[in-house]
Amino acid sequence: MGREVAENSPPPPVAVPESYTVEQLVAINPYNPELFLDLEKLVNEQVNSKTYNLDANLCLLRLYQFEPERMSTVIIARILVKALMAMPAPDFSLCLFLIPESVQMEEEFKTLIVLSHFLETARFRQFWDEAAKNRHLLEVIPGFQQAMQSYAIHVLSLTYQKLPRTALAEAVNIEGVALDKFIEHHVGNAGWALDKGHGKDQLIVLPRTEVNNPELKQNAADSIPLEHITKILPILG
Amino acid sequence: MATVAPPLDNNHRPSSSSAAYDPTFVPDAVKTFVVHLYRHIRDNNVYEIHQMYDTSFHTLTDRLFKDTPWPSVDAVSIYVDNDHVFCLLYKEMWFRHLFARGSVGLKERIESWDNYCELFGVVLLGNVNIQLPNQWLWDMVDEFVYQFQSFCQFRAKLKGRSEHEIALLREFDKDFIENAAMQILKAWNVYGVLNFLQALVDKSMIIEILEREKQGLEQFTATDGYDYNGGSNVMKVLGYFSMVGLLRGHCLLGDYQTGLKCLRPIDNSQQGVYTSVIGSHIATIYHYGFANLMLRRYGDAIWEFNKILLYIFKTKQYHQKSAQYEQILKKNEQMYALLAICLSLCPQVKLVEETVNAQLREKYGEKMSRMQRYDDEAFALYDELFSYACPKFITPSAPDYDEPLVNYNQDTYRLQLKLFLYEVKQQQLLVGVRTFLKVFSSISLAKLAAYIEVDESTLRTILMTYKHKTHAADARGKIISNADIDFYIDDDIVHVVESKPSKRYGDYFLRQIVKMEGVINDLDAIKLD
Repeated sequence: MGREVAENSPPPPVAVPESYTVEQLVAINPYNPELFLDLEKLVNEQVNSKTYNLDANLCLLRLYQFEPERMSTVIIARILVKALMAMPAPDFSLCLFLIPESVQMEEEFKTLIVLSHFLETARFRQFWDEAAKNRHLLEVIPGFQQAMQSYAIHVLSLTYQKLPRTALAEAVNIEGVALDKFIEHHVGNAGWALDKGHGKDQLIVLPRTEVNNPELKQNAADSIPLEHITKILPILG
Repeated sequence: MATVAPPLDNNHRPSSSSAAYDPTFVPDAVKTFVVHLYRHIRDNNVYEIHQMYDTSFHTLTDRLFKDTPWPSVDAVSIYVDNDHVFCLLYKEMWFRHLFARGSVGLKERIESWDNYCELFGVVLLGNVNIQLPNQWLWDMVDEFVYQFQSFCQFRAKLKGRSEHEIALLREFDKDFIENAAMQILKAWNVYGVLNFLQALVDKSMIIEILEREKQGLEQFTATDGYDYNGGSNVMKVLGYFSMVGLLRGHCLLGDYQTGLKCLRPIDNSQQGVYTSVIGSHIATIYHYGFANLMLRRYGDAIWEFNKILLYIFKTKQYHQKSAQYEQILKKNEQMYALLAICLSLCPQVKLVEETVNAQLREKYGEKMSRMQRYDDEAFALYDELFSYACPKFITPSAPDYDEPLVNYNQDTYRLQLKLFLYEVKQQQLLVGVRTFLKVFSSISLAKLAAYIEVDESTLRTILMTYKHKTHAADARGKIISNADIDFYIDDDIVHVVESKPSKRYGDYFLRQIVKMEGVINDLDAIKLD
């Protein structure tokens, strides 16, 4: 039925050659206490090169959970800001689930949570006000402002077919000439248009998609994925 | 549920109310049992093995071992040629019975861990060439994760322990050795547990097997995982179930994203090996649904809960005699609670089938209407249902033994609950809006603001929040709406659009075509005399 065996310990983490990237290491075996330094380096890389890797960051937060003595609040703060920038994805919450409550009580984390709350409830004016008070936390992450403006536009695009200029200004925190340039850019590249509303305010016309124009929504429920069709091809053939 | 901390001294014996336990005494019934089971395993007679494992074992337990453990493995091994693998399997069942009976001490937990190390070690080396029923293989993985969970709870419950007990635990955890490999050897260390599951997935190549099956190059699901070519199903199926084990493990730690990722090779919209065992089917969907709930993908969660609750409703009578019946019922109730939560946060009643809806109304109808008011009472109800239905989260790291008056085992649970309620509270703003959107087909912002008693600027944020909260990113990152009532704003007028119910013609036709083909094949197979 089976031969005698001497080995009775769990397999150690797979030893991999130096040439593997951190991402590959995480894919091969994420439950590896030797990954700490590499993953922390990767977080800093994400910050500097404006890239993002949720899986690797979650992996690191998990490892911090397993060995709380090795936790770095600086790194965690960076991960959280990057997660905020990923909105509307729920990445920020996903990260919070893994960070102990006691750590979340620290000032900088409380601030980030407040910022997230404002964003989740579309309170853009309060968000930008609070962000301005905490530049030291946020400005160190390149691309933060653009990412937040992107998210604001996403929410606006979900909600409006035509929106007043003031609403746009408040959401993206741009005014005056800079706002004109911003609008111009989007008219040229994102399908926006301008309209003269019945009031004095200029109106921005956003492109129609199935989210801000629900009548356009294709009845996706009735479309059938190809894999299901392949099951009956032998029958039909 | 108050429990007394189990004693930890090295002479711990499981409490027995009546006769003293003699591990060397083997009743005749047990002798017969192991001899037959051993023979069936050697003969690869999976059907008989399943009968003995699923029925005879429990009958004997009820009759002879209600208060004491089964005979020790040393006592029975002479009847089975001292077969190494059989002894490991027997020992696994032995410990499972011990855990099911009640309080287990530190010593037993470590011994059980050692047994799993040996057992999985043998499997991973490819030294097992038998076939075992899927039920048994699932139970092994399930029990492994359960004992890990139980150990974390056990270790974190410091309150009420004597100084001696705390010293023992502290001693146990003190071997914190810098060397990563040594960490993994420690009993029930989180690294070790996860690495074992991952190793089973990797070594069995189950992911590649499933991929090849999709291309028609391999048979796995079609044979329910069994090997009809003279090989063994043990490693493959253990690897398969380990994916579910990893999903469960990650949910216990609060990492829902990674949990779902571990499950991805399994297509849970179809039948598969995971549905071949009711326990595995339920565990998969329960954790899948819960993870989606925490990821705010309420639509997906509702869809899956609906399917499994309907399935349980139709089939639970067939499991009434089984040892898992109570577990099935418990998970059934928990999933109704989760469904109630999801539907309160995302009213999409059209996704729920008639029978399930009726049951849901009966159990939670009143509570759901109160939950949708989003006042303090509502939050208390969300708390109650979540706490009842959520997994038993764990803290994977060692507790602080210098703070012995605190229980740490609730930390993760409290955090998940807090964050969940936080999300619920953000939806509080939307209550008023939804009522009015149902009534009007179009309304000016000014009028709507007056009705809800807020200023226009606040109304705009509320409407944007509604849109954001009802448009979640699905597994592929695409934004989809799960709103029953939708709208768009044109300058200062809100235009309401009600979503039409989707009639799934496509699915229906597909199913009928396959069914018809089956009927025709059956007719063809009939030989007329």
